[in-house]
Amino acid sequence: MVEAAAGEPAVGVPLGRSGPDGLADSAATLPDRIETEPTTADLRAAHTGITAASLGVAEYGSVALEANPAGTEPVSLFVDRHVVVLREADIVPDMPDAFDWLGPRARDESVDVVFATGPSATADMGGLVHGAHGPKEVHVVLLRDDGATDGSDAADAAEGIQ
Amino acid sequence: MSSDAEAGASDAAGAGDPDREAKADRIRELLATEGDAVAENTRGFNEGRYESTGRLDDYEALKDEARAIKEDAIERLPELIDEVRESVEANGGTVYLADDAADANRYIREVAAERGAERAVKSKSMTSEEIEVNDALAADGVDVVETDLGEWVLQLADEEPSHIVAPAIHKSREGIAELFAERFDPEDPPETAEELTMFARERLGALVEDADLGMTGANFVAADSGTMLLVTSEGNARKTVTATDTHVAVAGVEKLVPAVEDFSPFVELIGRSGTGQDVTSYISTLTPPVDSPVPDFDDDGEPLADGSGDDREFHLVLIDNGRMAMRDDEELKETLYCIRCSACSNACGNFQSVGGHAFGGETYSGGIATGWEAGIEGLDTAAEFNDLCTGCSRCVPACPVGIDIPWINTAVRDRINRGEADASQLDWAFEELVPDEEPGGLDLATRLVGNYATLAKWGHRTAPIANRLANAGPVRAIAERVAGIDRRRDLPEFASESLVDWFEARGGPAVPAAEATREAVVYPDTATNYVDVERGKATVRALEALGVRVRVPDLPGSGRPPLSQGMIATAESAAEDVYAGLASHVDAGRDVVVIEPSDLATFRREYERFLPEESHERLADASYDPMEYVFGLLEGGADPAALRAPAEGTGPVASGKRIAYHPHCQARTIGVGEYATAVFERLGYDVRVSETECCGMAGSFGYKSEYYELSMDVGEPLREQFGDTDRTVVAAGTSCTEQLDALLDAPPTHPIEVIAPRE
Repeated sequence: MVEAAAGEPAVGVPLGRSGPDGLADSAATLPDRIETEPTTADLRAAHTGITAASLGVAEYGSVALEANPAGTEPVSLFVDRHVVVLREADIVPDMPDAFDWLGPRARDESVDVVFATGPSATADMGGLVHGAHGPKEVHVVLLRDDGATDGSDAADAAEGIQ
Repeated sequence: MSSDAEAGASDAAGAGDPDREAKADRIRELLATEGDAVAENTRGFNEGRYESTGRLDDYEALKDEARAIKEDAIERLPELIDEVRESVEANGGTVYLADDAADANRYIREVAAERGAERAVKSKSMTSEEIEVNDALAADGVDVVETDLGEWVLQLADEEPSHIVAPAIHKSREGIAELFAERFDPEDPPETAEELTMFARERLGALVEDADLGMTGANFVAADSGTMLLVTSEGNARKTVTATDTHVAVAGVEKLVPAVEDFSPFVELIGRSGTGQDVTSYISTLTPPVDSPVPDFDDDGEPLADGSGDDREFHLVLIDNGRMAMRDDEELKETLYCIRCSACSNACGNFQSVGGHAFGGETYSGGIATGWEAGIEGLDTAAEFNDLCTGCSRCVPACPVGIDIPWINTAVRDRINRGEADASQLDWAFEELVPDEEPGGLDLATRLVGNYATLAKWGHRTAPIANRLANAGPVRAIAERVAGIDRRRDLPEFASESLVDWFEARGGPAVPAAEATREAVVYPDTATNYVDVERGKATVRALEALGVRVRVPDLPGSGRPPLSQGMIATAESAAEDVYAGLASHVDAGRDVVVIEPSDLATFRREYERFLPEESHERLADASYDPMEYVFGLLEGGADPAALRAPAEGTGPVASGKRIAYHPHCQARTIGVGEYATAVFERLGYDVRVSETECCGMAGSFGYKSEYYELSMDVGEPLREQFGDTDRTVVAAGTSCTEQLDALLDAPPTHPIEVIAPRE
């Protein structure tokens, strides 16, 4: 699924380093053509960025991206397309669950998390446009508990302003 | 209605008073230049709010939760400031508590100088607008770039935000295209929204890469961890933070909440309340300094993940700038609960027409801006636009933290009145007409409206002379010059027999006590008693037909007119008099039916501030809108056949089984607007309900010469919706009636007059 979703050229952060620890042991790996040790130049040139998400929020279709030393945030952000890998097991029902998850981690580990819902959007130029500063498209690849995958195109899932 | 007032209509509004004239000119200009763009956008946001909040199962519970968090946070603010300082310092950041704008700017300039910053990139922050940090940094030679697309457009155009969430809401796509063409002279000038956005993305992307300092605001800051929450959609705040190694976040002290878990209800409410988005694209919850590596765009051959995140600096600049004093101010304190969502702007009829350039102060705009500007800048700034809150109260249910925004406007207006009043000047000539509790020297227009109950009584006693005199050309000219009452408006025509006199003359209660299902007092509100007596009579007929023993005692005015003028002491005194007059009826188990919706709203909402708690609750619980009361009687088993069904009789009402109904703004806020629809439908009428928040008249607002055109513009959607309807137009409020009459050239009917049996 990731292979199919990623454009060219693509950079990524290994799933075990951008997502929850559990992903490090997962069989899921990124295709070879994805540059997983990108330079800033690679990031600049990249069409697609691939990262894992730590958490999903079912009610809103949001994914939690961690701004960590591995570079998950820039790889998610300075690209036209963001492909997100999310384990089904990491999906919580609603926002209160997400903040119950975040609270202890913010207090104990000072984590930086962006809850992203769909692509970057603006309506400041007289109409809704995707890709104001961040990705124009977002694809979420769901990693089922049995290891299979399921793709979803979030590009149209979210409407945005600002 | 007399049409004498049409004479002289072509004269410039507000002739004679330079202040009123200037205000009218400014509003006229904004209506023409920015009104269309603002109206389209704000009305879109407002509709979006209804849809988005409607998708929540627990909207009211979430609002209560959000309110409780804010109340607690503001109560414990000093403690939270200490706590956040410890948290942020433990994370490796710095907290600076700035007394005022100058103090904040001095600190930020120092940070910029220490880091050798040549360019600062910013994400949208109203607090940074408040302290005008851009100017401060620019004075030191720092190139400050706004990266929010709307803010960037304004920076290029050198204009001020007209909306607290969508700052360039007043700019059209065409206007932005022209601006870009003029400023950048591109080979292939962008025109579509897509092209304009991509043009901005590229330009700003390059500027972000070269930036040294990233500045953001913060929507919320959790004291327990130093985590800040940013609500954005474009991704510019993410880039601003990621691409620079020095992050300065500017936040008012009121942004503090105790814990990260407290973010949750706000995240669900802020986008829905503001622009009608269930959630915005990005909710950044950062516990800075952030851990991301800093991309080195100058030397881009190095690996991105190079550990450079360790060198990041973070400065949280907490701004007092009047807020701690607001916290100690009983009337302004609630302002600090504001989460800057813009719901009060979008729900406001006046704002929808003119936007924040008229309805706003130095920084903030919309209904809540009166609180912010009074607290931060002072009463003079608040006084410049505070009039534009008409007290229609449509922002009250829209506010996600339940702030009584009209009350803040009223309280500030009262202070402005008292500040302006010149105690040495005695309004001796008018003392009898304006027997209020206010200081002498108060603006005459304010006092005349504020004492409407007395004026109406006097007018009714001397009708029809008063009516003829009031609408005579020369008198209207004087009224306009002296009291600012616009000549283009018809004035209410006083009845020669009041409702109370009529009721007494006909022999008092008609339903014998022994046969009565209930007993009720019809409160003779000023408008019903002296002007629109017919709707009072219809109410008596309808209630009696349903077996209610009705009384119409002589009672004083509710205090709504003085309240609308900020004359709180006068309104409070009226509340006490009304309660004194009604207490024995309520004690005797009688219901109180209040025909004028704004008076009922006053009983239920504002009397809470004027009466002892128990008195307010007793009166609020016993009071009903006539259609609400009829609904209750029908639900209780009263026979609907006693009322008038659509097929019966002749004339416009009977020919119109179909009804067009505009619910009164305040009736909707207190939740009684829908009873008329329910009763109509029960009786077999076909009802179409208006989608307009407020008709634009809003009590006395639309009579004022400087606001006449604005008032008519606010009513425009109603004219569009009901202008050529063949339905019977129905409205409950006196001022809605006047406004609809002016907009549609035909007076609407009160709902009760439609269903009451004929005389």
